[in-house]
Amino acid sequence: MKHLISMRDLSADKTLQLLKLAERLEKDPSQIDLSRRVMAAMFYEASTRTRMSFESAMKRLGGEVIGMVGTSGTSVEKGETLADTAKIMARYSDIIVMRHPMEGAARYVSEQVDIPVVNAGDGANQHPTQSLLDLYTILKSQGTLKGLKLALVGDLKYGRTVHSLAYALAPFKPTFYFVSPKSLRMPAHILSDLTQKGVSFKEKTTIENIIPEIDIMYVTRIQRERFPDREEYEKVKNAYIITAKLLTKAKDNMKVLHPLPRVNEITTDVDSTKYAYYFDQAENGVYMRQAILATLLGEAK
Amino acid sequence: MKELKVDPIKNGTVIDHIPAGRVQRVLAILKPRATDVVMMGMNFSSKAMKKKDIIKIEGRELTQNEVNSIALIAPAAKVSIIRDFKVAQKSRVEIPKRIEGLVACPNPKCITNAEPMMTIFNLEDCSTRDLACQYCERVFTADEMTHI
Ligand SMILES: [Zn+2]
Repeated sequence: MKHLISMRDLSADKTLQLLKLAERLEKDPSQIDLSRRVMAAMFYEASTRTRMSFESAMKRLGGEVIGMVGTSGTSVEKGETLADTAKIMARYSDIIVMRHPMEGAARYVSEQVDIPVVNAGDGANQHPTQSLLDLYTILKSQGTLKGLKLALVGDLKYGRTVHSLAYALAPFKPTFYFVSPKSLRMPAHILSDLTQKGVSFKEKTTIENIIPEIDIMYVTRIQRERFPDREEYEKVKNAYIITAKLLTKAKDNMKVLHPLPRVNEITTDVDSTKYAYYFDQAENGVYMRQAILATLLGEAK
Repeated sequence: MKELKVDPIKNGTVIDHIPAGRVQRVLAILKPRATDVVMMGMNFSSKAMKKKDIIKIEGRELTQNEVNSIALIAPAAKVSIIRDFKVAQKSRVEIPKRIEGLVACPNPKCITNAEPMMTIFNLEDCSTRDLACQYCERVFTADEMTHI
C-alpha cells in the first residue's frame, strides 16, 4: 500500500491489518517511532477536527507536522497549480495528508509525488480515514464486525460518511436500517449495490421501534447547506433527535456513534449513558490514523 | 450498393454506420490533416439504423486506436480500410478499457475540471458502456460524455 486514497483500493486483508495495528498502538504506542519524520498537512479547506486528529497521531508517535490550512497567503493564491504545490510539499516532508474540496484531488496528487499521500477528504467523494476509524470503533465496541444490526440515521442522501460505512461493512454480513426523511433517503444506486452484495436492509422513517434490535446507531447531522430551500430544511432538521429517554429499551451492548460535530441531534443527557460512544470514536480516530501513518511510512512491524 | 452514392476511394478509410447527425462530431475527434481528402455523407438510408452518416478519408488508413476513439459517439460504426479500391480490412469500433484525454468529466466538482491535467476514464461495463472517472470515481454512461 503506497497511498490511502479510496476505500475502493483497500482489500479486506489490508483493512484487517490496519485494524489490528490500531489496536496494538492503542495499547502501546511506543512500539513505533516516527521521530525525524515530517507530515505535511495540505488542507485546502478548514477541517480542524480531522487535521488535529492527524497531528495528534503523528506527534504521539514522535513525528513532526508542517502544513497549511486554507489558501490565503500561500502560493496557491498566486495561481500555483495543485501539482506544483504538492511537488514542493513532497520535498519538505515524508508524507502528505490532504484535504481538498474537489473530488479526485488526492488521487491526482498521489500521481504527482514520490511520497505517500493520505486522502483526508476530497469533496463528496472519499474520506477513507473516517471510514476506517468507524470500522475500528464498531469492532472495538462490539468485539466483532460480523453479523451486526446497525441503524444509520439522518442525512443518508448526501452523507458521504454513511455511504462509505455501508460499503465498508458489506463484507461482514450486516443488517442495516436506513432511517431518514423521505427526501434524504439512501441513493438508489447504493441500495442496488448492497442488494447485489447480499446485504439485507430496511428503509425506515422513524427510529423508535428498531431501537431494541440494534447494536449500533450511527447518527449524522442534517446539514443546512444541503438544502436550497430553507423551508424544506426546517421541515426535516429536527426529524431525529436522540435522547436518553429514547434509549431506555436499547440492548446493553448498543452504542451511539456520530462523526461529530453534533448540533442538536444527540442531546447531552445521552453523554452520561453507557450508550454514548462518540467521544471514544473521536479518540479511536487517533489510533487508526497512527496505524495509517506508520503503515504508509513503512514502519508497521 | 448504397455506399456508391459517395465516390469510391482508391486508398484510405471508410467509416460507415455513424448515427445520423454525428458525422461532424466524429470528424472533430479524428482531426483530419489539412492534406486529407474527406468526403462526408449524411442521412443515408440504412436498414439497421433508418438513417446513418458515412465518412471516407482518401489516402489515410486509420489505426485501431484512432478508430476506437469514436466509439463513444458512434458505437455501431464499421470501419473499412481500402487499398486499390478493394476492402483490405474490416473492423468494428470498440470502447477502449481506458480512455485518456479524450472526454471531459461531467462532474463539475471533479478535479480534472479545475487543474491542467488529463482526464482518465475506465470502462466499468462493456454492455452498459459505463465509464468511471479515475479521479472523482463517479460513473457515467457513454452518452453523458462530451469530447474535449
Ligand atoms: Zn471526474
